[in-house]
Amino acid sequence: MRVNFTVNGRPQEADDVWEGESLLYVLRERLGLPGSKNACEQGECGSCTVRLDGVPVCSCLVAAGQVEGRDVVTVEGLADHARQRSCGDASGTSLDEAKGWQARGTDSQTGEGAELAPIQQAFIDAGAVQCGFCTPGLLVAADEMLERNPDPTDADIREALSGNLCRCTGYEKIMDAVRLAAARQQEAV
Amino acid sequence: MDFLRPASWEEALAAKAEHPTAVPIAGGTDVMVEINFDHRRPEYLLDLNRVGDLYEWEVGEDSVRLGASVPYTTIMERLRAELPGLALASHTVASPQIRNRGGVGGNLGTASPAGDAHPALLAAGAEVEVESVRGSRRIPIDAFYTGVKRNALAADELIKWVHIDRADGPQQFSKVGTRNAMVIAVCAFGLALHPSTRTVRTGIGSAAPTPVRAKAAEEFLNAALEEGGFWDNGKIITPSVAKRFAELCSGACNPIDDVRGTASYRRHAVGVMARRTLTWTWESYRGTAARSEGVA
Ligand SMILES: Cc1cc2nc3c(=O)[nH]c(=O)nc-3n(C[C@H](O)[C@H](O)[C@H](O)COP(=O)(O)OP(=O)(O)OC[C@H]3O[C@@H](n4cnc5c(N)ncnc54)[C@H](O)[C@@H]3O)c2cc1C
Ligand code: FES
Ligand code: FES
Repeated sequence: MRVNFTVNGRPQEADDVWEGESLLYVLRERLGLPGSKNACEQGECGSCTVRLDGVPVCSCLVAAGQVEGRDVVTVEGLADHARQRSCGDASGTSLDEAKGWQARGTDSQTGEGAELAPIQQAFIDAGAVQCGFCTPGLLVAADEMLERNPDPTDADIREALSGNLCRCTGYEKIMDAVRLAAARQQEAV
Repeated sequence: MDFLRPASWEEALAAKAEHPTAVPIAGGTDVMVEINFDHRRPEYLLDLNRVGDLYEWEVGEDSVRLGASVPYTTIMERLRAELPGLALASHTVASPQIRNRGGVGGNLGTASPAGDAHPALLAAGAEVEVESVRGSRRIPIDAFYTGVKRNALAADELIKWVHIDRADGPQQFSKVGTRNAMVIAVCAFGLALHPSTRTVRTGIGSAAPTPVRAKAAEEFLNAALEEGGFWDNGKIITPSVAKRFAELCSGACNPIDDVRGTASYRRHAVGVMARRTLTWTWESYRGTAARSEGVA
């Protein structure tokens, strides 16, 4: 079947989608957006987290057909999404831009050269990324929390990220990163 | 496989009548796991996401009419006062991502003995309104669970609403698991005080083939509270009464040994949760009773 939906602000069309396929599979294999990770396919790890009509969900548990006509934001569109939120500029992220996201001579140690959402920059600055497999899901979940709750307590952060597993960091640096992003966000206001 | 996308409740019922083997998919948090792991290859998936009615709820005088697909997140945020037991139970389900998608209709559809909504629904008192092209009927929650992962739905029926009695007193929910988030219950317990009828209701999860009430325990406690004038005098419940109640709740279990826990641990833990939830709710009832009497 064919599925039409909006990804990172731009209309997309996926063809030859199998009816039992997940949104995660469509994003990664049909649209070539491998930012959302596949680690468990059973909702346990959160590494596939995207926003569906604004709400964080595990894309591995959304059937492709359920997103027809709906709006999805993935980690590839996070920078644009954050910019839109702060200055109302709604250009969206094209598939090519999204696919080429890391191939622009970015320094992965500092994030220099790429456009990053504040939460992404904070993860780099706080050293919250080790193998990086959990990172996209955490970024999407953390960014959504900061949108809703600009001044989170540690308990709020833990709760908002309780559906995202990380096997490397021990979470402390991730907590640091989210606190840092929150603090910067408040300074900016 | 075919993907059916009804745009309205009537279309959904018609599709289910035409394809009784179609598997409804709401939040997908149970169905998609089965499909991803190839445990299930339904001929038809019946998507309920476009059926707006299922996301609505209405707070009535005596009960809340909860749409089958209202996500747990909404229940936690919007219905905490009316449905405190279910809101607490909802908060223990999985993670924010899962709670944003999953709801009570799916929990009832799966009818797992470990589903967290069940003890809360049993304790509060609820009826499941199901419908087919043949008409609709209301199934009392006590009659809904018919076996391990089996429920009273006919092949052409869908769950539309869950009618849950509005709380008329304190309610609690307690769950044993290995960590705080993302954990399937080893066992769970729901308790609701109903001061307006002077009764107590319970619900036990994961400690029998289906979710169950501890009826003998309820009867014992109802009689003991009545006899001692507890509802009026608001005294602390006698430890021996609480102990006997807990024993009877343990006795209502018919658990198995599995990877999550042994049968004897489950029986023990249900007793502990019964005593604790009784203490918590009764303390809060006494607090409100004292306040409403005033200081005059
Ligand atoms: C990682 C993870 C953790 C989980 N943790 C918990 C937990 O802690 N506690 C818990 O209780 N559950 C848990 N679950 C299970 C699941 O999230 C719940 O059972 C949830 O309530 C299912 O709701 P849903 O809308 O996603 O159901 P779906 O997956 O869409 O459907 C579930 C079943 O119900 C049927 N169904 C759905 N809607 C209807 C309807 N309107 N009429 C008739 N049939 C219908 C479907 O056909 C299917 O058989 C977990 C799941 C995952 C993936
Ligand atoms: S891959 Fe979706 S939650 Fe793990
Ligand atoms: S950084 Fe490796 S899993 Fe989190």
